[in-house]
Amino acid sequence: MSAVEPLAPAADVGGPGQPLLQVRGLSKQFPVRGGLRTRAGVVRAVDGVSFTVNKREVMGVVGESGCGKSTMARLVIGLIAPDKGDIVFDGEAVGDVLSLRDLRRRVQMVFQDSYASLNPRLTIEDTISFGPRVHDLAPNQARARAHDLLRKVGLDPALFAARYPHELSGGQRQRINIARALALSPRLVLLDEAVSALDKSVEAQVLNLLLELKEDLGLTYMFISHDLNVVRFMSDRVMVMYLGEIVEEAAAEVLWADARHPYTRALLAAMPSLDPDRRTETAPVAGDPPNPIDPPAGCRFHTRCPFAEAVCSTTKPVLMPTGNDRHAAACHIGDPASGHSRAGRRFTE
Amino acid sequence: MIEIAIDLVRISHAEKSRGYWMTVARRLTRDPVIVACASIILLIASAAILAPWLGLANPYQGSMIRRLRPIGTAGYPLGTDELGRDMLTRLIHAGRLSLFIGLFPVALAFVIGTTLGVIAGYVGGLLNQAIMRTIDIFYAFPSVLLAVAISGVLGAGILNSLLSLTIVFIPPIVRVAESVTTSVRNLDFVDAARASGAGAMTIMRVHVLGNVLGPIFVYATSLISVCMILGAGLSFLGLGTKPPEPEWGLMLNTLRTAIYVNPWVAALPGVMIFIVSICFNLLSDGMRSAMDVRG
Amino acid sequence: MFAYALMRLIYVVPVALGVSLVCFLLVHLAPGDPLIAVLPPDASAQLEAEMRTLYGFDRALPVQFGLWLWRVLHGDLGTSIATGRAVSEEVSRAVGNTVMLAILAAVIGFVVGVLCGFLAGYFRDSWVDRVVTTIAITGVSMPHYWLGMVLVIVFSVLLGWLPAVGAGPAGWDWDWEHVKHLILPALTMSVIPMGIIARTIRALVGDLLSQEFVLALRAKGISEARVFLHVAKNAAPTAIAVMGLQLGYLLGGSILIETVFSWPGAGFLLNSAIFQRDLPLLQGTILVLALFFVFLNLLVDVLQAAIDPRIKRR
Repeated sequence: MSAVEPLAPAADVGGPGQPLLQVRGLSKQFPVRGGLRTRAGVVRAVDGVSFTVNKREVMGVVGESGCGKSTMARLVIGLIAPDKGDIVFDGEAVGDVLSLRDLRRRVQMVFQDSYASLNPRLTIEDTISFGPRVHDLAPNQARARAHDLLRKVGLDPALFAARYPHELSGGQRQRINIARALALSPRLVLLDEAVSALDKSVEAQVLNLLLELKEDLGLTYMFISHDLNVVRFMSDRVMVMYLGEIVEEAAAEVLWADARHPYTRALLAAMPSLDPDRRTETAPVAGDPPNPIDPPAGCRFHTRCPFAEAVCSTTKPVLMPTGNDRHAAACHIGDPASGHSRAGRRFTE
Repeated sequence: MIEIAIDLVRISHAEKSRGYWMTVARRLTRDPVIVACASIILLIASAAILAPWLGLANPYQGSMIRRLRPIGTAGYPLGTDELGRDMLTRLIHAGRLSLFIGLFPVALAFVIGTTLGVIAGYVGGLLNQAIMRTIDIFYAFPSVLLAVAISGVLGAGILNSLLSLTIVFIPPIVRVAESVTTSVRNLDFVDAARASGAGAMTIMRVHVLGNVLGPIFVYATSLISVCMILGAGLSFLGLGTKPPEPEWGLMLNTLRTAIYVNPWVAALPGVMIFIVSICFNLLSDGMRSAMDVRG
Repeated sequence: MFAYALMRLIYVVPVALGVSLVCFLLVHLAPGDPLIAVLPPDASAQLEAEMRTLYGFDRALPVQFGLWLWRVLHGDLGTSIATGRAVSEEVSRAVGNTVMLAILAAVIGFVVGVLCGFLAGYFRDSWVDRVVTTIAITGVSMPHYWLGMVLVIVFSVLLGWLPAVGAGPAGWDWDWEHVKHLILPALTMSVIPMGIIARTIRALVGDLLSQEFVLALRAKGISEARVFLHVAKNAAPTAIAVMGLQLGYLLGGSILIETVFSWPGAGFLLNSAIFQRDLPLLQGTILVLALFFVFLNLLVDVLQAAIDPRIKRR
């Protein structure tokens, strides 16, 4: 390594106690075009989302497709501009103290493996060295860095640097995606369905690689997936999203043991049981996901909730702490003063 | 046509073996039709370019007593035209202007159209609307009408033809370029490039251009034969090349009245346009098939 | 569907406006003083001054455009320098002839093209397909004005069966004396649309037949005739769109064929306007032909939306 480390990670500003990422009231909506009129409605892809991610933590994000997880990721990394809300990275506000270019050095994303995640016209080393080149690294230094990163993700540069994406397998392409994300030495890495397209055995390898890298480089992850098992394996804390809102967040084990939102409980119950003595009997979530253009009034989940009552369709529940440590859920059942008949009681009663 | 261009972008990603362009090249060289067409065009083009040094008769020198001699006359293998000039030499010399008028406008339109289309497709929003709506207006004219209108107003002459032809071919290329660029722009690797902090120009140059030039180029080649026919058509109407320059379209014009005296000589220049045009069309089709993995 | 038609109609307005603007600007592109273009050569100084104020050449360009547009909307396209008659009168007479020719050429081209295209699509990669494809490519690559000349050579000069030029004795009538003038030009003009339609239909039919729903239909035991109907219904929207476009090109691009055959249509008029430097006539003819094309496209779009269930939905 040269004496002056090019592209060193951004310095730790606030110390271990300060959260790495704080998001407050993030909102983004998209107009929907319709025929004669130019706007038939809006999709509130992300609606007033607030959360915190601590340093060196893995925050899992789960939800059905269309719940806004990908949009939220793209908002955090600055690919889309939010309509409302603040993003604060290690105590520094994005757009204020931190420019977008600064943000690029702090937050990066690993995309889902598809034919479209890597430019088919560029060699692997060109793809990985693109980011460093943009940040003014000399070509040969950028190449050396690319080779270094290839080694870090378990690929031999001599074999892979000059190849093209279509010559590689899915697992190899994902390692490249990871190497590319690490090229700018970020401190926070967003993983948007990063292993969803891989075979199970390959998936395991890639997940283990991710955990190793996290320890090695002191990274923080936001792990977005619809696969609950993977999220449970990877995450320290988990947040559950539904139709653009966070409905519950908790430490992973707490969520699995004591979920307090009917949607979370339904998601967990929907996982087919491998235990023949405890079979999954009922279909837990009824109906189809509602139209995101016209979310239900009140609690957005009430149309599919087995516990829904009148108050659920009129009043919107807010994220409230449950009894557990740093565990919050947005359900009237959890709020003794809500007027719900089961308010204050547990689900299993 | 635009659907085919977008499919080409998608399909080129799926190519399994190494060296996508090498595969395309290999396919092209294996197809006898393609090879034949390419050879014919090369032959005609070389003959045209080397015409002054081929030991042919003077294309400008005529003789009033030797007018409209039939094909196969001694010393004039393809006969003579209405001013007594040797047809063979006129036809070969004419290749220079005719080929140039067929190729140059498309090439220029390709450069201008791709630039406009890629920018419109990548940047999107108001700039896209501004560019595309302006293009729509020119697209609203049938090509022949537009070419004739511009040439008619500017007056006859090669330069004016080149200008009007280029203007005619820019809109379709812009449309294809914008369409293909829009579909590429939404792919993840472009997002990844944006996430690296690269600026729009860099992303367009490194990531977008390489992936869209192929389909746009193939589309542009399909326009060459139209340009040749239209360009010669302009000369045929008297709006293009001016006499005494040899050019196939102009020759058809001046030989028109000769069809009653020597019809076959009068038809010769059109044969040349036809041959070159059909070769370019087959080449373009072949290129599209070669680039289409589905085959 | 109605909403789509309405939206499409509204969209036509700016396009038509833009087209008019281009036509208007054409005159100002011409080298020389545009006023000279609208004046007869022996105009008196008084006439010149009158015309200058009437056309607004002393006013700013946007104002001139406004005045010109106002006149156009009232049907006044100016006066032809060469003949002294109203441009609108000349153009409407000529356009009628062009439309007649174009429609006949379109019918021939579409019928033959569709037939060949279907045959080629059904018997893909057989000798039928190869023959049709060759004919189609030939049709599309051929300089149609040259084809016109060749047909004249064969049928007029050598065989003497059909006339080479003109539209017959004055005043149109559907008798042999007139119709025989129509045959060669219509045939010539039909070749390019025929080639394009044949290629399009071949591609459409070939694609549709290889799709799974056809396999499913055949597996259900439905007769070949009904499969054919399904295919035809699916191919119809795109086919109609292409046909409409081709008809538009025939109308707008007729100048070359009309010149070869001296057919007294709008294209021929355009030709004489160019060579007589009759700019009002030139401008008027281009405007009419271009607007024809624009509204034809509108019609085709709406028609396509009406029969294509996929577009109907929003």
